[in-house]
Amino acid sequence: MTALPTAPPGPTGPTAPTEQSAPTTAVHRVFVVRELGIALALLLLVAVTFATNTRFLSAQNVKDLLLGSTILAILAVGQAIVIITRNVDLSVGSILGLAAFATGTMLQSAPGLPIPVAIVVGMALGAACGAVNGGLIAAARVPALVVTLGTLYVFRGIDYTWATGRQINAADMPHGFLRMGNASILGIPVLALFAVVVLVAAGLFLRWYRSGRELYAIGSDPDAARLYGIPVGRRVFWAFVTSGALAGLAGVLHAARFGTIDANAGLGQELNVVAAVVVGGVAIFGGSGSVYGAALGAVLLTTIGSALPVLGINPFWQRAAVGALILAAIGLDRSLAVRMARRLRGGSDRGR
Amino acid sequence: MAVETPVREPVSPPRATARGLLGSWDLLVLVALVLVVVVGTLTIDGVGNPRFYRFVVLEAIPIALIALPMTLIVITGEIDLSVASTVGLTCSVMGKLWQSGLTSLPALIAISLVLGAVLGAVNGLFVTVFGLPSLAVTIGTLALYRGLAYVVLGDKAVADYPVEWTRDMIAPIPGTVIPWFVLVVAALAVLFGVLLHATPIGRGLYAIGNNAEASAYSGIAVMRTKFWLFVATGVVAALAGVFWTFRFASARADNADGLELSVVAAVLLGGVSIFGGRGGLLGVVAAVALLGTLRNALQLADVPANALTIVTGTLLIASVVGPNVVRMARGRLRRRPPEERTQP
Repeated sequence: MTALPTAPPGPTGPTAPTEQSAPTTAVHRVFVVRELGIALALLLLVAVTFATNTRFLSAQNVKDLLLGSTILAILAVGQAIVIITRNVDLSVGSILGLAAFATGTMLQSAPGLPIPVAIVVGMALGAACGAVNGGLIAAARVPALVVTLGTLYVFRGIDYTWATGRQINAADMPHGFLRMGNASILGIPVLALFAVVVLVAAGLFLRWYRSGRELYAIGSDPDAARLYGIPVGRRVFWAFVTSGALAGLAGVLHAARFGTIDANAGLGQELNVVAAVVVGGVAIFGGSGSVYGAALGAVLLTTIGSALPVLGINPFWQRAAVGALILAAIGLDRSLAVRMARRLRGGSDRGR
Repeated sequence: MAVETPVREPVSPPRATARGLLGSWDLLVLVALVLVVVVGTLTIDGVGNPRFYRFVVLEAIPIALIALPMTLIVITGEIDLSVASTVGLTCSVMGKLWQSGLTSLPALIAISLVLGAVLGAVNGLFVTVFGLPSLAVTIGTLALYRGLAYVVLGDKAVADYPVEWTRDMIAPIPGTVIPWFVLVVAALAVLFGVLLHATPIGRGLYAIGNNAEASAYSGIAVMRTKFWLFVATGVVAALAGVFWTFRFASARADNADGLELSVVAAVLLGGVSIFGGRGGLLGVVAAVALLGTLRNALQLADVPANALTIVTGTLLIASVVGPNVVRMARGRLRRRPPEERTQP
């Protein structure tokens, strides 16, 4: 948002410069607190719901919860990586839809195809979509919000045109693939294991790899990062490829879980994903947050959805609750940042 | 939101105004619009038909309405993604009030507009008083307002309005086929156009978009201006909700679902920079007309509606990539950066 390194106006406000000037440990502490906060909120919600109805934590319900969170969590991990670089990917819902339909069509015409091949093809398709986003954004130096809003339409349009009203049903797909969508290992759904692997891999990469750390530097201040010698364009490009590949994986898992796919898979999902990431404590203007928080945010949003009916609350409140949660989350971020700025500078920042 | 440092030329407010009114981009969109109309009339059966334009206009009215204040908001460097949810909540409340016996049309409209103002003010408060990023705030209120719409009305539709309300809402201007409501849109367009392009307030909006900090120091009430812009957007979105309800004679919680993306697409295609400080109303109005006409013309030409989604997206991408590529190429030709680039 800020075009010049010297200009902290607008919505980024003092947040960005504050975090840059802060010692890493302090930054880290604030956001560790932040993830603990979400985890506590999640625990509280589960505890209250469990107290109301013990069946909320029955094996089947927990399994459903995990299954329900999986796809959103995988999308949220990819989105978090993109948002950390001060970009946004609005096209993930469309990529998911395209990959899901591609997977379904592929398995329909070649039922003998090994599942790993289906997964790789779906991810490759997603990565290709992400490369289109990343290529346009990095090479033509245009805002991600506009480009991915455009590809949201383009990818969905391709999906619609390709599907032309067709629907792929569970009967058309190999059993093994559908079984993967519902099977469990030691009580944990296989799909959730995918999410865990993705989460841990992304978390380790961002924490321990130089190129991962550089994503935070880019998000904090793209110009400074460029001056410092970080290949900003290339890093941003790969962030979008990663987000696309994960959306592709989410598409494959969507196909495996639901069995029925039409061109509407993942429609409107982009805002849920951004919501999960924001609730998870990833600052929308980049430079801070973690994929763990984003995944927790996804689990929290999903849990709210299934807890409301148990608590006897009109399920129509779900979306309103999610909205209130987003506002609370960004408000909390803001107050933490302001407090930290005051502590570090010993004075007050111009309050805006 | 975004990104990579944009290739962006600092534009002084007066020049921005001149550009906004007759800038080359606005002209390009207008030319494209004329081209679509001419080629469409010549090649596609039915496009020359007045009824075609009646339909285009009816479809474009809600988008055009909301795009007006949205243009001003984006010029200040903010965004409002909650507009379609404001439409939905307004529709729901109107439906609920009607159901519970409020049958006065003026009262229904008045309450709706006040509600819109309140919803806009909530956005404005979060953005200005609490200093939160508008992108995140309005994603939050997008979910919140839509959720409240469902809480108010559930998944039922209220559709038993007097038939004449619907008839009156879409009635044509006598002697034409164009719905009279387009005059309301035109009046608002003039209002917002004069505000943006011919008043100190409008120049202030460009200044805020270019550099909010500097504008604040030069005496522009940045926060107050932004706050009232969000209120105005809420009111106009509520007006769109009134139109929507009576046009379709149906108040539903999911009315206008997803409309925010169409509005943002039209504003950006109209040449408004997502980073603020650049663009004008003429381009945006032309872009709304272009998208609406193109959509309906291609539909008549039997292009599947789905392929139109691709056209919209491609236009949007081209509208940001095109100018940047041209600018970069020109810069390379001159062998020196055009004006002040922030890129090394």
